[in-house]
Amino acid sequence: MDNSENIRKAIREVSRLMSVILVVFGIMIGMLVYFMVDPTLSAFKSVPSADEDILVYQDNEVQLSEEDFDKIENGIHIRTGLIEGEGLMEVVNNCTNCHSAKLVTQNRMNKERWVATIRWMQETQNLWDLGKNEEIIVNYLVANYPVKKKGRRELLSNIDWYELQE
Amino acid sequence: MKRRKFVKNAMLGSMGAIIGTEIVFGSSMPDGYKPLALQDPDPFKMFDKDRDMVVLNDKPWNIEAQAHLLDDKITPNKYMFIRNNGLIPEDIDEKNWTLTIEGESVKQKKTFTLAELKSKFTQHTYQLTLECGGNGRSEFDPPAKGNQWTIGAVSCATWTGVRLRDVLADVGIKDDAVYIGYHAADVHLSRNPSKEPISRGAPMAKVMQEETLLAFKMNGKDIPLAHGYPLRLVAGGWPASVSGKWINGISVRNKVHDGAKMTGTAYRVPCNPVAPGEKVKDEDMCIIESMPVKSLITYPKSGAVLKEGKKLNIRGHAWAGELEVSKMEYSIDFGSTWKSCTLNKPANRLAWQHFSASIAFPKKGYYEVWARATDEQGIAQPMLLPGWNPKGYLNNACHRIAIKVS
Repeated sequence: MDNSENIRKAIREVSRLMSVILVVFGIMIGMLVYFMVDPTLSAFKSVPSADEDILVYQDNEVQLSEEDFDKIENGIHIRTGLIEGEGLMEVVNNCTNCHSAKLVTQNRMNKERWVATIRWMQETQNLWDLGKNEEIIVNYLVANYPVKKKGRRELLSNIDWYELQE
Repeated sequence: MKRRKFVKNAMLGSMGAIIGTEIVFGSSMPDGYKPLALQDPDPFKMFDKDRDMVVLNDKPWNIEAQAHLLDDKITPNKYMFIRNNGLIPEDIDEKNWTLTIEGESVKQKKTFTLAELKSKFTQHTYQLTLECGGNGRSEFDPPAKGNQWTIGAVSCATWTGVRLRDVLADVGIKDDAVYIGYHAADVHLSRNPSKEPISRGAPMAKVMQEETLLAFKMNGKDIPLAHGYPLRLVAGGWPASVSGKWINGISVRNKVHDGAKMTGTAYRVPCNPVAPGEKVKDEDMCIIESMPVKSLITYPKSGAVLKEGKKLNIRGHAWAGELEVSKMEYSIDFGSTWKSCTLNKPANRLAWQHFSASIAFPKKGYYEVWARATDEQGIAQPMLLPGWNPKGYLNNACHRIAIKVS
C-alpha cells in the first residue's frame, strides 16, 4: 500500500517535473525564435531619459517608424548612405557598429583587398568572425564599391564656375 | 525534493543564461548606435567648423577643409581639419589633468599636473604646420584604403606650450633614450579599454627640437576639444599623427616606440620604391618622418571666370616638413613654362610660407594654374602623383585650379 502510494506519488512528481521542463523549454524556444526575428531586441529597447543629447539625437535622426528605419530611396539606404544591393543588411549589421558607413562608401577595393581589410579589422580592431556572412559582405562590396581607374593624375572635375569679382 | 530543486535551479540557471545574453546584447548593441554627447549629428555646430568643411567620416570624426578655406595666414579653428583614430574623450577635467612621464629610459617616473606644466616651465609660441600623412590619399591608383583625404588635411595654427625637452630634462633621461611615445585619453572604436586608438611618437632628435611643444593653447585660446584639449603634443612638419591629442602620458623608450599605429604598415611607406599595386612586406616599410614639400593655391577658389585682359592675383601657402621652401612657381601651360611667385620667409621654423603672383593670360579660353614649390635642397613637387605606396601617404603632387578667360 505504502509502496504503491509512494510509486504513484513519484510518478505524479515526475510528470509534474516533465510538464515544468516542457513549459520552460517552450518559453526558451519562443525566445530563441523571437531573437532570430529581432536580433537586436529592438522592441525591448527603452528610450534613455537621462542623457539629453541622446534624446535630441533620437528626435532628429532615429525617430523613424519601424518601416522607415531601413528606408531606401533612389537606391540608397538612407540611414547609412550605402547602395542598395544583395548583402546590404549584412553590411549594415556587421560593418557599421564600430565605424561609420562613410568609411565603406569612400573606399574602392578589389575582392582581395576588401578581404585583407576584414582580416586587419579582425586582427587588430576586435571585429568578430563573420562566418557565412563574409562572402555575402565581400560580394556586396566588390559589386557596389569596385576599383575606379584614376591613372597618374585625374582631370579636374565638378568645376563650379563663377564670375570672379575683384 | 533535492532533485526537484536541482532541476529547478538548473532551469533558472539556463533561463538566466538566456536573459544574460539578452542583457548583454540589449546593453551593448545600442551602445554601437549610441551617440555620445560628442557624436551628435551636427559636427559643424559641435566642433565650431565652417559648413563648407567636408565630413569624410563620422565615426570616428574625420573632417577636411577645401583649398579656398585655407586662405588665412594662420588657420582658425573653423577651417582646421579633424583627424581622429578613436572616439573623442568625454568629461575632461582640466583641473585634475595630469601628464605622467615614464618608460625604460627615464631616471624616475614623474607626474605633472597641467598647472605645474604651465607654471614650472617657460612658455613658447610658434606657428606650426600640421599635415595628415594621408593628405591627398584619394588620388592614388590603385586606391589605398582609409579616409579619402583630398587636399584639406593641413593647417598652420599658432600653438603655445612648454618645450617637451625642458620637461624631459626636469624628469631626467637616460643616455639610452631612443624614442618617445605618447598615451592619450581617447577611446578605441571597439570601446575596449585595454586598446589605445593611437600611440605614436618621435625619435629623440625631433623631441629635442625647440619647436616640439606640449601645447595647451591654439591661436591664443584653450585648444578646441577636437584638437586635443587640454594638452597636445605638437611636432610641426611631421605627419600630424605624431602630434598626439588629449595626452596624459609620455613613454621614453630605449627602442623605437611600438604603440598603436607605430608598427605594421601604419604611417609607413616602402623603404625602397615599389610599382603601383605591389605587395610590400611589413619589414620593408619605413616610418614616415619629415613631410615632403607641398603647396596650395588658396585664392581664388577653383572655377573663377574673368574678363579678357584682366590679371589674376593668386595666393597660397607652401611648406616642406623640416625644411624651408626656397622657390615657388606657377604654370598656366601644364608645366611647359614656369614663372616665379613672390615667396615670404616663414614666421618661424616649421611654419608654412605665403606666396602670391599676378598672372596675365595670353588669350581667351580654359586654363589651369598649377603651383609648384621647391625646398631648400632643390626637391620640387611632382606634377604627377609621387611614388605609389600601399597606404596612400605623402601625395605632394602640385595643386591646380581651373580658370576661364572670357
